[in-house]
Amino acid sequence: MHGKTHFIATAALALWLSVAPTADAAELRVAVAANFTAAMQTLAERFQQLSGHRLRVSYGSTGKLYAQILQGAPFDVFLAADQRRPRLLQQQGLASGRFTYATGRLVLWSARQAGATSPGEHTLTEARFHKLALANPKTAPYGAAAVSVMRKLGVERRLRDKRVTGESVAQAYQFVASGNADLGFVALAQVALDDSGSYWLIPQALYPPIHQDAVVLKRGDAKPAATEFLAYLRSRAARDVIARYGYGTD
Amino acid sequence: MEAYWEPVWLTLKLAAVTTLILLVAGTPLAWWLAKSRNWWRDLIGSLVALPLVLPPTVLGFYLLLLLGPAGPIGRLTQGLGWGTLAFTFPGLVVGSVLYSLPFVVQPIRNAFEALGERPLEVAATLRASPVQRFFDVALPLARSGFLTGAVLGFAHTVGEFGVVLMIGGNIPGETKVLSVAIYDHVEALEWGQAHWLAGGMLLFSFVVIFAMYRMEKRWR
Repeated sequence: MHGKTHFIATAALALWLSVAPTADAAELRVAVAANFTAAMQTLAERFQQLSGHRLRVSYGSTGKLYAQILQGAPFDVFLAADQRRPRLLQQQGLASGRFTYATGRLVLWSARQAGATSPGEHTLTEARFHKLALANPKTAPYGAAAVSVMRKLGVERRLRDKRVTGESVAQAYQFVASGNADLGFVALAQVALDDSGSYWLIPQALYPPIHQDAVVLKRGDAKPAATEFLAYLRSRAARDVIARYGYGTD
Repeated sequence: MEAYWEPVWLTLKLAAVTTLILLVAGTPLAWWLAKSRNWWRDLIGSLVALPLVLPPTVLGFYLLLLLGPAGPIGRLTQGLGWGTLAFTFPGLVVGSVLYSLPFVVQPIRNAFEALGERPLEVAATLRASPVQRFFDVALPLARSGFLTGAVLGFAHTVGEFGVVLMIGGNIPGETKVLSVAIYDHVEALEWGQAHWLAGGMLLFSFVVIFAMYRMEKRWR
């Protein structure tokens, strides 16, 4: 009997703590494209300190998050890795306030240290490797960019048998980091602040620019915290963080 | 159209190869588990049953490490000149064999245990050698266990998803199995294609289970 009372008291306390934090602190659910994971972690921490709001962040490929949002996933804000899907959401009346928070860069990354074997254009044309990881081009903008690079270099057909596809650019990165793939097309942001391995920063001429747009979703419309978070994303401080991860912020 | 059916054939091939390996390797294991009085029988039995409760991500994670160039299996396969097994069909077979192991071994073990000692003792008094006792007495009497094990092992491999997603790399014709193809179509909002594959899968699974129930009765 005593144990039961104790349990109820604890549960009540936990419930109270979860619903009654400081007066105007809100909880925001944010869907974030996988390439932006590292930057988002830093930004989320700072924004939470600044505002007192709590962020719950879900990471995934842009296409997958888009499909989830269409199906009514409970997100307030969406940071995509392209402009197409936020625009589509806006056209369907599911989102508003679209702006470009970052412009991403694609790299060809190898987990091996820089040196004679540093990746470059020749790596792709000579094709002396076993497996090349990229994100699923159907759902991940960085995967689509990777395909356009291979197409531009005329190696798409030759590399077909060496391609392994990750669900998102995060899995493509993991395939290389775990050593199971020799090379991978990943976001500069995933490797910029990491001195393990080496990469080739792919010339912008080889793929369409990766403008990444943010929107407030219908569910976040009425929440001041959502507007606050997007305003923070545009702030000087946030843009400095974003730039530090290798993104363009113009 | 050919590309559309490719995952179906690949899945059937993976399930067939996996089931065959499990029937061959699982039978002596099931026999030992059923007959041994050794203290570490329960230890091995628990290991065999582990995939029943483990999340596929645990298997996927360790397989990635084991099969990778720095892992013990990766080193072995590289030493043999096969390269590493992640993102290859043989790699999926390794994963599926582990993943479906209890589904094949457990029913066969149960069937062997249900035999009891009696038929084997009778056969022994008729001067049947241990080998004859196993092949001519135990195997035929345990056939319903083999049927159940084979059907469950096959169907469970067809239904595999998490492990393949982690070690497969989604390569058409090599590692892009049915469940991954469905996931891919859904994620890309190609729901028409997803419906055909998913609906087919539903029908297939139902028919398999229904047929198994019917046949089990007849085989007893």
